[in-house]
Amino acid sequence: MQNATPLNVVLYVVFPYFAVGLAIVVTVMRYFNDRFSFSSLSSQFLENRRLFWGSVPWHYAITLILGAHLAAALFPSLWGDLISSEARLYVMEVTGIALAVVAILGLSLLILRRLRDARVRAVTTWMDWLLLALLLLQVILGFWIALFYRWGSDWYLHIAVPWLYSLITFNPQIQYVTALPWVVQHHFLNAFLIVLLLPFSRLVHLLSFPFTYWWRPYQVIIWNRHQKTDKT
Amino acid sequence: MNIRAQVSMVFHLDKCIGCHTCSIACKNIWTDRKGAEYMWWNNVETKPGTGYPTQWEDQETYKGGWEKHNGDLKLKLQGRTQGLGNIFFNPNLPTMDDYYEPWTYQFEELFNAPEGDDQPTARPISLITGKPIDIQAGPNWDDDLGGSPVYAKNDVNLDALSEDERAQMQELEHLVFFYLPRICNHCLNPGCVAACPAGAIYKRGEDGIVLLSQDKCRAWRMCISGCPYKKTYFNWSTGKSEKCILCYPRLESGQPPACFHSCVGRIRYLGVILYDADRIVEVASAVAPALVEAQRTIIEDPFNPDVIASARANGVTDQLIDAAQKSPVYKFVKQWKIALPLHPEYRTVPMLFYVPPMLPVLAKMKDGQYDIGALDREGLHPLISSLDRARLPIKYMASLFSAGNTNLVNMVYHKLIAVRIYMRSKRVNDVPEDEVRQALALGGTTAEEVEAIYHLTAMPTFEERFVVPPLAREQAIEATADPFTRKREGGFGFRKAPVRGS
Repeated sequence: MQNATPLNVVLYVVFPYFAVGLAIVVTVMRYFNDRFSFSSLSSQFLENRRLFWGSVPWHYAITLILGAHLAAALFPSLWGDLISSEARLYVMEVTGIALAVVAILGLSLLILRRLRDARVRAVTTWMDWLLLALLLLQVILGFWIALFYRWGSDWYLHIAVPWLYSLITFNPQIQYVTALPWVVQHHFLNAFLIVLLLPFSRLVHLLSFPFTYWWRPYQVIIWNRHQKTDKT
Repeated sequence: MNIRAQVSMVFHLDKCIGCHTCSIACKNIWTDRKGAEYMWWNNVETKPGTGYPTQWEDQETYKGGWEKHNGDLKLKLQGRTQGLGNIFFNPNLPTMDDYYEPWTYQFEELFNAPEGDDQPTARPISLITGKPIDIQAGPNWDDDLGGSPVYAKNDVNLDALSEDERAQMQELEHLVFFYLPRICNHCLNPGCVAACPAGAIYKRGEDGIVLLSQDKCRAWRMCISGCPYKKTYFNWSTGKSEKCILCYPRLESGQPPACFHSCVGRIRYLGVILYDADRIVEVASAVAPALVEAQRTIIEDPFNPDVIASARANGVTDQLIDAAQKSPVYKFVKQWKIALPLHPEYRTVPMLFYVPPMLPVLAKMKDGQYDIGALDREGLHPLISSLDRARLPIKYMASLFSAGNTNLVNMVYHKLIAVRIYMRSKRVNDVPEDEVRQALALGGTTAEEVEAIYHLTAMPTFEERFVVPPLAREQAIEATADPFTRKREGGFGFRKAPVRGS
């Protein structure tokens, strides 16, 4: 491995494993021991108007951006085919940049709202502020990379994806990332920091997106005792 | 036939004195907590009035309940995909300003204020921000028509009335109002359950109580819009929705809910009804004027052997069937047909029924006199004939209790009037016999029925008002598991303090 300084090993091998491992363990523990704390902790009830202009753009943009990151990592060959034509690459990059702008604006509005509205501030914890700061940093770094380190939708496949694969297969290859510009390195590390915070913050709400609503029956009936089967 | 049991309720509005004892009993037990200060699981509104939260009946704004869409029943709020799409921002959510911002007073300032020329005051302090607030509204701000030119004129039910009728209700010297106590309706087709993306709200199979799992709620907020009665509330501190639980821990230990138990006017009745769960959608889909009638048909006769057999097959216990046979609710709603559901047009098939109030109806005045001009021509007793000249227009009552069907409301009132005339003839002896007969005929009732209505309205015992079904949870557990091994496992309440997650 090139550049395998102790610091790099800690940052790109130990830290990602630590972050993901802890995130999984703590999430599971929190789910089974303190399910009450799983909530999106919406503050819409306290402030309705500004939330719309922040929450909707932020959530949709970040979901799409995150989805693109995941799709490229999960299906690299499909992604490679997708951006193989110049036109499609341009569309991809422009869409990405536009979404980044939307996400940054949305998140900034949400932060401003939280700062300015006394009621919302009353239900804000220091963890919320930390999370907001990290998320803002992350999207700004991503935006920066998209602007100044061109064709990320392409090089992501050859730099980040192999590194992530090497981590998943327990054969860490840090040479993919250690020589990158510091902006890109920060983007990677900050991502794992956010993963690390997931079980300790309100971010757990993204694990509880209620997909089942699409198919569950409208009415839910729960019997204390299943009368039809329990009759003895 | 798929018979289930439902704990159901009747509120007799003629007896409600608007004392709010029910609200306080409920608040002291359940919502005297941080995040729940603004919640009134039980509240008493003045009608006409905009209620709590303000204009909760305006479903064009809040989109509560169901509507018929090409013959199918659809949530008025949104479809499933739209529900998930709106998860980041619910466009139909009432905010705290539509209820009120809870506050306390800085009482210590009364003691700590430095000596001066002015009387020290205790400034109001928001219970959310801890900062001084300028109070704009509070619970029951328009109680007893306080500020009615501002509040009551916005009552959604006034839309059904003509200008004259509206003016008649607001004539200063003849102002007319009544009280409408409201709790969760524990509907058969609840909009909150259907709207919850997380599936956190459910109806208990055994008794039909609608509960909201605090562990499953993820604060998606759709229940608040989905419930047309605005009886699910968002706890701003814990980030979870909450609602009336019909005091199920009390029911399970044989006591009526606190609001029922504490009711000073004794307006409340509690009992079990048996209903056919296979017909819920059919009943909820009936055309608007037929909704009340349809809802009556879903309630089955607890003495019918077929019904009993089907109930037993569903595991309804003999004690529950026995409770259903004694149920005061069954009598008011199904036998006597004098209790009506609130806003059946929301199509949630509510299980709380109201006997409409009669006093204001029978007192319309003209030039300071009771308007009995046409009586000679009609040849009727004033009590019978005054319905059409009611100070509270029948249309207003129909807008509240029968989806606009004035016939049904008239029938209810004719029967209630018959009870009055019959009992007056018996007690005071000043009503001619033919008028009594006429009143009974007009009310479609008999002397025996009238006596029964009178008894349950005016003279009921505690046990007649509250036929609390045996819901003992311990026994239910006993049937499936050794209670000894289950010791300290179940029971009511949190094992951990319900604190806001990070």
